[in-house]
Amino acid sequence: MPTVIVDGKEIEIGADERLNCIEAARRAGAEIPHYCWHPGLSVVASCRMCLIETGTRDAASGKIAMMPKLVPACQTPAKDGTVIVTESTLVKESRARVEEALLIDHPIDCPICDKAGECLLQDYHFQHGQSERRADLHPFTSRRRDVGPTVTLFVDRCIMCTRCVRFTREVSGSSELMVINRGSKEEIDVFPGYPLDNKLSGNVVDLCPVGALGDKDFLYQQRVWFMKREANVCGGCSAGCSIFTEHNQDTVYRLKPRENPHVNTWWICDEGRYGWHHIHDESRIVGAGRRGAAANQQASFDTVEWSDVVTRLRADLKQAGRLAVAVSPMLTVEEAWMLCAVARSIDPQAFLAVGHVPRASADETFPGGFTIRAEKCPNRLGVEAVISLFDPAVPTWEGLLEHVRAGRADAAWITGAYPTAWIDGDTAAVFAGLACVVAQDFFDSPLSEIATWRLPAAGFAERAGTWVNVAHRAQSFQQAVRPPAGVWPEGRLFWNMLGRRGLYDPSAVRRQIAESSATFAALAGEIPATGVDLRIHQLA
Amino acid sequence: MPTPFKPVLLEAVGIPDGQTLASYRSRGGYAPLEKLLAEKQPGEVVEMVKASGLRGRGGAGFSTGLKWTFLPKDHPGPIYLCINADESEPGTFNNRILMEDDPHQVIEGTIISAYATRAGTAYIYLRYEYPNSWNRLQAAIDEAYAAGLLGKNIRGSGFSLDIYLHRGAAAYICGEETGLIESLEGKRAWPRIKPPFPAIEGLFHKPTVVNNIETMACVAQIARRGVDWFRSIGVPSDPNNPRDPGSYGPKLYCLSGHVERPGCYEAALGITARELIDQYGGGVWKGRKAKAVIPGGISMGLMTEAELDTPLDFAGPGKVGCLGLGTAAVVVIDETVSIVDFLHNSCRFFAHESCGQCTPCREGTSWSLRMLERIKAGQGRLRDLDLLAEIGSTMGMMPGSTICGLADGAAWPIKNALKKFRGEFEEYIKRTNPHGWMVTDPVPALQIVGAH
Repeated sequence: MPTVIVDGKEIEIGADERLNCIEAARRAGAEIPHYCWHPGLSVVASCRMCLIETGTRDAASGKIAMMPKLVPACQTPAKDGTVIVTESTLVKESRARVEEALLIDHPIDCPICDKAGECLLQDYHFQHGQSERRADLHPFTSRRRDVGPTVTLFVDRCIMCTRCVRFTREVSGSSELMVINRGSKEEIDVFPGYPLDNKLSGNVVDLCPVGALGDKDFLYQQRVWFMKREANVCGGCSAGCSIFTEHNQDTVYRLKPRENPHVNTWWICDEGRYGWHHIHDESRIVGAGRRGAAANQQASFDTVEWSDVVTRLRADLKQAGRLAVAVSPMLTVEEAWMLCAVARSIDPQAFLAVGHVPRASADETFPGGFTIRAEKCPNRLGVEAVISLFDPAVPTWEGLLEHVRAGRADAAWITGAYPTAWIDGDTAAVFAGLACVVAQDFFDSPLSEIATWRLPAAGFAERAGTWVNVAHRAQSFQQAVRPPAGVWPEGRLFWNMLGRRGLYDPSAVRRQIAESSATFAALAGEIPATGVDLRIHQLA
Repeated sequence: MPTPFKPVLLEAVGIPDGQTLASYRSRGGYAPLEKLLAEKQPGEVVEMVKASGLRGRGGAGFSTGLKWTFLPKDHPGPIYLCINADESEPGTFNNRILMEDDPHQVIEGTIISAYATRAGTAYIYLRYEYPNSWNRLQAAIDEAYAAGLLGKNIRGSGFSLDIYLHRGAAAYICGEETGLIESLEGKRAWPRIKPPFPAIEGLFHKPTVVNNIETMACVAQIARRGVDWFRSIGVPSDPNNPRDPGSYGPKLYCLSGHVERPGCYEAALGITARELIDQYGGGVWKGRKAKAVIPGGISMGLMTEAELDTPLDFAGPGKVGCLGLGTAAVVVIDETVSIVDFLHNSCRFFAHESCGQCTPCREGTSWSLRMLERIKAGQGRLRDLDLLAEIGSTMGMMPGSTICGLADGAAWPIKNALKKFRGEFEEYIKRTNPHGWMVTDPVPALQIVGAH
């Protein structure tokens, strides 16, 4: 195994790993500051913040020969015998000078900058900078320039790391951003008439190590230190990108990509990034309701206390007779499994089908390899796998419609939780003649008009459980924010309807599923933050 | 006093229509190429140039033959040859004379070099501001094509070469070899990080050699007159310094500034600055004394009057604290010039020409300029000199803080001026800022930030 010596400490790296000195030092616990380097982009070595001293230890004699000058750690490969010195006087002085140089033309308008609190320039200045400003220059303007529909540029805050430029060239492949002018007059800009407008453009804001690129959706909404972040999974499509949901007092303010080499690497698409606004939509369904009198279809919904829903819903469905259930691909594995169990406890012959699967035209892959999936739901594979435990045929939504049309059901329980409209009046009419229709959804739809029960659904950040993405990777996540008053997430309702005690505990359900099913065996233990591949046991 | 050097590289200067193919042929041109194509293998040509001790004339003085050997062996190709004619170093105009007065000499050298490096395509990257060079060089290339000296299967040797003349857009950084390559590829001329070096991965990700125009002329002369002739001129290697490969051959010195007869003069490498100024330039103008001399383009730093006996070979200027011989553009500054003005001008140039990629150079050049502007405006402080010296000693490829050598070039005038003329700076600051020169407080910088 190759050995790298970081500040006198020897660490081993993998024989076929291609690490640079930043990555190797990080393994040894030494943080080398850097701006322009990003693992997902090409190396330019231009910010010069990561300058270190390196050398080589001769394997035979053990003698160390140091390089006479500083080298950028991002560009220097860590090989067997590489010596990395990250804290020498020379290195520290060099960092202080780079910090000083970067601040010469920086407006230092942290009090009005959204990045303050998560800004590398701030952090590194405290760690590596010097307290005195020796430059006697007055660059303090905060020119703002629109570069696209979602992104704005604060020109003078920029430190010219060019991460954003490289992102649009290498990952999104759209090349909108460029550097204009020369020397200290350089600025990031777009060509007139070609704004930064691609499906990944929000990532440049995450990439920006300083406050130069701002997200218009988030601009001036919240100071970052007020927000808490919860590791979450995006429900926008079947890619299941790992994200952080950043929130304060049960209000979501923004989503950020969470690094996951198996799923989304460092990026998320704009559709997912801005796809949380429905959670705080005023028109979402809140509170459980049942139609006043069965005879009067036009009667409005009476609000039913949740504690009563548990018993009355069961009674209604039991009374209606043969039950058909649509298990939404927006539900988690745990919720889907509990729903199936509830349904079979009401009607042992209950027909269980995968709910409607929303689809866009086709998958979209970008030059950097990032793919936006056509299937606009996060858990079709998970729900299918759950249903297969109950019914190996795994009927689809269309199969369910057929089943109802054929008159083989007296009651239907349709779970939705879709953030957008998904069912038309004609399709909803299929269920019109049934004795009991339960519509459990995020927004009202034509189904609400014929429903006996109208139940709310949780948004993705209000849910806890496990989703299985298009590549069979199961990712578990916790609830990030509490749903508004009057909304029980599906899992809580199903948990209570199963007669379980205490608070809904997804991990208990998950363990139970894993123990009873080979498909889900990988979910038995602790799930790592980056998820597990469900096929791992099957392959072995 | 040595006998004046009989021009070789500049032999066409003054000959009517010297730029034509007929004139060049009448002086013996292209015959060596034809002989060489018929008789020598590419490897032998590389050995010949290596044996001549020819060092690149573009500024860095790296051995040309050695550079060629860095190309990967048995590469399937294509291999590219780039001729650097982006002559932008202030004070330098030797390439221009060669391209305008004897373009065929350059082309012959290019063909020989391409043959030696097995390059099938050569690009001449020409400075934008040289329209005459463009016309003459293009006419010469056309003539060479018509005469069968370029194109497919040159003189039946099986060797083919196309030369493209590419005109830059007037940026100093395009003269840096990887900046030139980026620019040729149609990109912003931001120098590349090395490794990989161009010889391994250069233009269009293919092995590439970048050589200077004057180097090409030297190659043509080595082919015509032989290795021994070339080695008979110049300064042999220092026996006490095993790393000194010597400075052989003729060199074009560009003499400008405060001399009686400025111009481009050919002399053997190793002529001292004083000899050059007195014998070729007619001495410092108006009978004045020289205060300082730039040995090889503004980025090489300054020599004082007392250092004028330094030989202008590849090793000489370094011995008196200059960066090197550079382009051998000697600029004389007479005793009436303020060194503060000189440094201000130098800083203005580099702040304007810094490509802006690396932080230390981008901000350092601009900071030093703004500091000198303040000093010139009568607001200087002695403390500024320490700051300037710090910028000068920490910016550049040599301390490792930048990708390319532009920052070293920007730092050297600052470093040399402050080291060799610090008294003048101090005197200037004290005189122009009698009440504030001793202040050491940081200048208050914060203003109210405009709301937006």
